[in-house]
Amino acid sequence: MNIHEYQAKELFRSYGVAVPSGVVVDSADEARRLISEKQGIFSGNSSVYAVKAQIHAGGRGKAGGVKIAKSPSDIPGFVETLLGKTLVTHQTGPEGRLVRKVWIEEGAQISREYYLSLVLDRSSRRISILASTEGGMEIEEVSAAHPEKILTLPVDPEMGCKGFVGRRVAAFLGLPVTLYGAFSTMLSNLTRFFVETDCMMVEINPLILTADGRLLALDAKVSFDDNALYRQEKVLALRDLFEENELEIEASKHRLNYVKLDGSIACMVNGAGLAMATMDVIALAGGTPANFLDVGGGASKETVEQAFRILLGDPAVKGIFVNIFGGIVRCERIAGGIIAAAKDVKLHVPLVVRLQGTNAKEGREMLRESGLDLQVAEELFEGAQKIVQAVKGAK
Amino acid sequence: MSILVDRSTRVIVQGITGKEGSYHATACREYGTRVLGGVTPGKGGTVHEGFPVWDSVKDAVDAVHPDVSLIFVPPAFAADAILEAADAGIELIVCITEGIPVQDMMRVRRILDIRNEEGETVRLIGPNCPGIITPDGAKIGIMPGYIHKRGRVGVVSRSGTLTYEAVWQLSQLGLGESTCVGIGGDPVRGLNFLDVLALFEKDPETEAIVMIGEIGGDDEERAAAFAKAHMTKPVIGFIAGLTAPPGRRMGHAGAIVSGGKGSARDKMKALESYGIIVVDNPSVIGKTVAEALSKGDYRRVPTCH
Repeated sequence: MNIHEYQAKELFRSYGVAVPSGVVVDSADEARRLISEKQGIFSGNSSVYAVKAQIHAGGRGKAGGVKIAKSPSDIPGFVETLLGKTLVTHQTGPEGRLVRKVWIEEGAQISREYYLSLVLDRSSRRISILASTEGGMEIEEVSAAHPEKILTLPVDPEMGCKGFVGRRVAAFLGLPVTLYGAFSTMLSNLTRFFVETDCMMVEINPLILTADGRLLALDAKVSFDDNALYRQEKVLALRDLFEENELEIEASKHRLNYVKLDGSIACMVNGAGLAMATMDVIALAGGTPANFLDVGGGASKETVEQAFRILLGDPAVKGIFVNIFGGIVRCERIAGGIIAAAKDVKLHVPLVVRLQGTNAKEGREMLRESGLDLQVAEELFEGAQKIVQAVKGAK
Repeated sequence: MSILVDRSTRVIVQGITGKEGSYHATACREYGTRVLGGVTPGKGGTVHEGFPVWDSVKDAVDAVHPDVSLIFVPPAFAADAILEAADAGIELIVCITEGIPVQDMMRVRRILDIRNEEGETVRLIGPNCPGIITPDGAKIGIMPGYIHKRGRVGVVSRSGTLTYEAVWQLSQLGLGESTCVGIGGDPVRGLNFLDVLALFEKDPETEAIVMIGEIGGDDEERAAAFAKAHMTKPVIGFIAGLTAPPGRRMGHAGAIVSGGKGSARDKMKALESYGIIVVDNPSVIGKTVAEALSKGDYRRVPTCH
């Protein structure tokens, strides 16, 4: 699960990681009111503010989602421009993301910019600290061009991030020695936050050294382990459903594992690995997958029916490929479920069903005799070819 | 021969009175696995579906000396269950549970690693996996037994149904399987590809290995490097997720391309460079294995039979 920058910054602050002061608004009027009443960040004598669109995607700056206001009076105008705008960044996909909230924060005098992140490293089974002097750049680019400018240090989550680790990172970044202590404390707090809230990734880019010698997290990106949300009530409360695809939310209500993609051939599969392989085979046969959908082991009538409704909820879908490997649940029961569901849903696009595994022959026979307008396949690739052909023919 | 489990393997089931545990304990017993009973705290002394139930793994170990514990407890309690089995001296733990927090698994792995470094033997298969099966010997997991056929090919995979797909092809072609190990779809797990490849290399019954990987991490690459350096048997590889977009989790918690790493394309290239026979169409896994075996142009080891 991902959260917004302003939410991440509030969490940082509660863990003793310094962030600029700010306020989140969802209308220009609210910004006007706060400014005129000299509330919060508008009460002091700060004159520069950053006005930042809040969406769950990186690359906002380049996409025009961040504005710098030289005076409070500029802020409402910027808020107006950003709210309701669809931002397209390299992480949003071509459809972009609608901006519904804007974060306004006090500007800071930047003396130096750094990169700092913590990630869960699956191979070393430790938390990896990544630090770089190239703040503000994409870390992937730095890693490709100047790998020597990145320091990677493993941290044992049981031990936490001790002072010596903090000092080593501080030295690598070339921080003034007087700041080693403050930096170590910040890194240790950040690690504690990572462990206590079951993070998968925490990224500060840039972390800045201000002209008056303070360390501030100017940006904040956090993602959490979905498997641990059951014990992270406070984190779960930060979930923003507007940032998620409607069909994906609907699918999760029915315990279906669905991810929407950009293609036109929908697929319905039992098991995550086979579902991914089915998407790949659709591409191999010359089509484009419209989704990932794992219906789990059962594939009962109810499950298949819900799955059909979700797949058909995507207007880009031009055909459906059902690929079920009958294991514990035998193929004739699965065929029965598919037939019943297809009758109820009234499909208007071509359907190919591939059944394999236990009693597959009987299952396929049932499908052929059902009177439904569908094609039956035995092999995975054969099924993919049939649906690609059917979609081409229907055009 | 086979690896890790066979007809003589003695099994207990943690979470045996739950819906899943109960169903699969019975299915394993029907397959012919020696399921000696199970553990559910608070239900010790009772009998469930003909299985004796103990309060703790320790009690079960004292009573029936099992070799394997098969775990079905819910995600919030699964890490504890694995550690309980390890603490009671169980040498092979198979955890089916899906949805365990990654940081829990990091702690579990760390403790198991320490025990192994200190001279004990404790292996974990999973979590979030279908388990392990030696056809006609022991089925310890949730896979459908009857698609399997005893034979010459070792299978190791991060996936469930995709493995059944490959197994089905091997069985239909008459090649059969020596042992199939589902190592699970989570980012942090017990046995890895590399560990299982090493076991298959030593097993005289296994003549070729099918390795089914997916996007995320670099375990497939590391296993392939090992295969190049240490293996004489052919390895046929498939990687699922060529069309998966980066940054999105594809069902399995571990199946995500992150920070530009772990894409299917990169994995396939790396595997090929290490001499793995890579197939891009999962429909032809069985056929490719048959070809590799019939060519006999791989560095074949002398086998016992």
